[in-house]
Amino acid sequence: MAKIKSIYENVMSRWQALTDFKFFWPLFMITGIAFCMAASTYEFIDLYVQLILIYVGINIILTVSLNLINGYMGEFSVGHAGFMAVGAYVASLLTVHVFPPGAQNLFFPLAILAGGLAAALIGFLVAIPSFKTRGDYLAIVTLAFCMIVKSVLENIDAIGGPRGLLGMEKLTTLPWVFFWTALSVWVIRNLVYSNFGRGVLSIREDEIASDLMSVNTRQVKIIAFVVSSFFAGIAGGLFAHALQFINPRMFDIIKSTDILIMVYLGGIASIAGSIIGAVIYTILLEILRPLGVWRMVFMPLMLVLLMIYRPRGIMGLKEARMFTPLRDLVTEKLWRQKKKEAGDASP
Amino acid sequence: MPLLKIEKVTHRFAGLCAVSDFNLAVEPHELIGVIGPNGAGKTTVFNLITGVYRASEGSIKLEGQELVGKTPHQITKLGIARTFQNIRLFKELSVLDNVRTAHYGRIHYTPAEALLQIGRFRAEEKRITHQALDLLAIFKLDEMAGEKAKNLPYGLQRRLEIARALATEPKLLLLDEPAAGMNPNEIIQLMDFIRWIRKTFSVTIILIEHQMRLVMGICERLVVLDFGATIATGLPVEIQNNPKVLEAYLGEEVAV
Ligand SMILES: Nc1ncnc2c1ncn2[C@@H]1O[C@H](COP(=O)(O)OP(=O)(O)OP(=O)(O)O)[C@@H](O)[C@H]1O
Ligand SMILES: [Mg+2]
Repeated sequence: MAKIKSIYENVMSRWQALTDFKFFWPLFMITGIAFCMAASTYEFIDLYVQLILIYVGINIILTVSLNLINGYMGEFSVGHAGFMAVGAYVASLLTVHVFPPGAQNLFFPLAILAGGLAAALIGFLVAIPSFKTRGDYLAIVTLAFCMIVKSVLENIDAIGGPRGLLGMEKLTTLPWVFFWTALSVWVIRNLVYSNFGRGVLSIREDEIASDLMSVNTRQVKIIAFVVSSFFAGIAGGLFAHALQFINPRMFDIIKSTDILIMVYLGGIASIAGSIIGAVIYTILLEILRPLGVWRMVFMPLMLVLLMIYRPRGIMGLKEARMFTPLRDLVTEKLWRQKKKEAGDASP
Repeated sequence: MPLLKIEKVTHRFAGLCAVSDFNLAVEPHELIGVIGPNGAGKTTVFNLITGVYRASEGSIKLEGQELVGKTPHQITKLGIARTFQNIRLFKELSVLDNVRTAHYGRIHYTPAEALLQIGRFRAEEKRITHQALDLLAIFKLDEMAGEKAKNLPYGLQRRLEIARALATEPKLLLLDEPAAGMNPNEIIQLMDFIRWIRKTFSVTIILIEHQMRLVMGICERLVVLDFGATIATGLPVEIQNNPKVLEAYLGEEVAV
């Protein structure tokens, strides 16, 4: 046991040294994209494994974006699947009916982006009444929203009604998923460690005090919700073009619950936690696939145990060093140095 | 012109008149005490000034500008900061971030610059980090800058709350029972501390207090509330001998 621990610590300290390296992130991005491209062109990774990796990526996008609302901001949204549906349908309708069949690959990023923007717009419309007053309306409003989206989609025959929509090409490839996943992580991480992010966190800690410390709480909440919805839409578009088939039932409250489990499993208010939660949950679902219906017993059980023994999730309120800004440490060090020098100068 | 002018402010909670016909003019650099028994409406007055509640009637003006109808963050930006009777720090955030959050309204970069980490973002973050650390150093809290606020002992939490309020660079500082839970010795220290804050940050201070010893010691002028009504105003010595005040405090410990 002690040996395992020492190996773990050794690995972690090396990993930390690596991530502290100035060009870690640019290099990570380049190698990541290159690897994914090679993997999907030469297929040296099993297609089944590739598909799982695609779902892992999509789930990471869903989890970090929901974590912005439920973890960092401390509100409770259960409507993430609804925004996913908006993105999925908008992107699919564009690739199936609007964009020319010959140039699907070219227009794919546009379709995904359009799905994200549509979801963001709907998110804005949901956010306005939800955040009009202080208090917990968000859970109720988003619950209603999720149901409305499903029944609206079921009742429009032009987009397939309850049968759903098909005819999408398999455009969601590993490199694209890697790109969008990295983008969502990057955006949310940078927002969280900025003035805006401090606003978001202070709302979770104490909304009244936050308002009294000059944070425009309503504006912050609306922006956070729009950003979160945007990425849910992006994930929806990717999901639709990975599965090549969608129907309204895929985006019901159960799907929202899945995302909630990933958030609370990995850990609230943590980028690393979101990634861990999404990876574990996706892989676990695959492993437990043979169990069939029993999966539905195992999963809630896991959630209950988690709530008892680790209520904030694996990484709850903690962040891996690789995602925290070194900037703060550097400025603090410089400040202390300056103070010491000033202290030395004046006897 | 007075810094703050409150005229005929009345506030009701579903029939209960928490503050009625409240008037107060505060000159720059004054130190005013608001006292009164439990439930007299003192905290409500602070909540009205800072926009947490919207006054049912009357007007509140800061340097001639009407505050009634403005939101708390707008009022904070105009130059009013406060602490709370029950400490309301951002518990899970670091001491440093508690103070940096108070810079929210005066930051000079856009979310887009933060997203791309370009433009004024780095310089501004550095500036407010330095400013926050300087402020914490003044309050002897800089050694704990990385600590979560909830891990500070009670006395330091109170101190941090004052530091955080001052980080918004207020003209007027409202302190709601800063001496709560302190022993007589600590109260004497606190008196010096409050005087020192007024001088160092050149702020005007309104102080709510239960402990008569504190207000009598440092306030230049007192307002006494009872059941929402202003029953006396004046110099501490006048208040001390006012029969109405003694009556209101009857049954309470008059720790003069
Ligand atoms: N949000 C509210 N809703 C209803 N009634 C309230 C509310 N806030 C305060 N009150 C009532 O208004 C009255 C004045 O309360 P306030 O908190 O201003 O008293 P206080 O003078 O600060 O008392 P204390 O010394 O106990 O802090 C009390 O009777 C209280 O119950
Ligand atoms: Mg009070």
